Amino acid sequence: MKSAVIVFPASNCDRDAQTALTQLTGTKPHMVWHGDTQVPEVDLIVLPGGFSYGDYLRCGAMAAQSHIMRDVKRKAEQGVAVLGICNGFQILTEAGLLPGALMRNAELKFVCRPVELVVEESQSVFTRRYSKGERVRFPVAHGEGNYFAGEAILDRLEGEGRVLFRYAPGDNPNGSARDIAGILNEKRNVLGLMPHPERSCDPLLGSTSGRALFQSLIDNLS
Amino acid sequence: MKARVFVTLKNGVLDPQGKAIGHALNNLGFASVGEVRQGKVIDIELAENDPARARASVKEMCEKLLANTVIEKYEIELK
Repeated sequence: MKSAVIVFPASNCDRDAQTALTQLTGTKPHMVWHGDTQVPEVDLIVLPGGFSYGDYLRCGAMAAQSHIMRDVKRKAEQGVAVLGICNGFQILTEAGLLPGALMRNAELKFVCRPVELVVEESQSVFTRRYSKGERVRFPVAHGEGNYFAGEAILDRLEGEGRVLFRYAPGDNPNGSARDIAGILNEKRNVLGLMPHPERSCDPLLGSTSGRALFQSLIDNLS
Repeated sequence: MKARVFVTLKNGVLDPQGKAIGHALNNLGFASVGEVRQGKVIDIELAENDPARARASVKEMCEKLLANTVIEKYEIELK
């Protein structure tokens, strides 16, 4: 599986994504600068975590307007898999590739800790290696991960099996609507999630339950 | 001309920052303070003298970048 990681000014999980992808795919991902206009031909594009453009205006708002995002949008429409983690999820909603918005955490605090998640759906290129209902543990590290969308959109996401990850009951760190942690687009090739699977790929980091997400992509896209 | 844009959260969207500000004001002894909502002010200088065109252009800026219309509303003031 060929992959690319988009690097924005103040991305800070780009190296984590690079390390996880290199370890699991055996090939180094392309690291693509935000000012570039084209993403190389790849099977997976990762928008990493961080504080792109210093979170100016709104988290992800500036990055969503960057040159490279035009090509990311084009490739997403063509069916290339796109994974937005944390700030990457915020960028995907700001770019209109995923519905809803990520607001300030309900408790107003930056939350940095492992959370327990429920895999709600295994029918996707991102989650086929998991079983439905499986519990996984990924860290979160964000101040604005409070997922918000209108009731009709939330119903639709749930009805269409597009909520892939939910915070386990009682473990919602940010006040997200219906405990939503990660959602898919309509075509099911774009996933945005606040928790960090790329930081759950090495036993040294306390959890390896993120590996199955990348393995699912490798199975499906290689 | 100059434009001033006010961006605030839509009614019904929880504003935890506004709430925290309200609590702080209460703690300072401002007992009359009820609900507080906070937002942003953005001042823009425009090379445009026609108010209608200026408003149309700032509206487009709001829709495309300045406000996230999923959660925010905006008001435009021209000077």
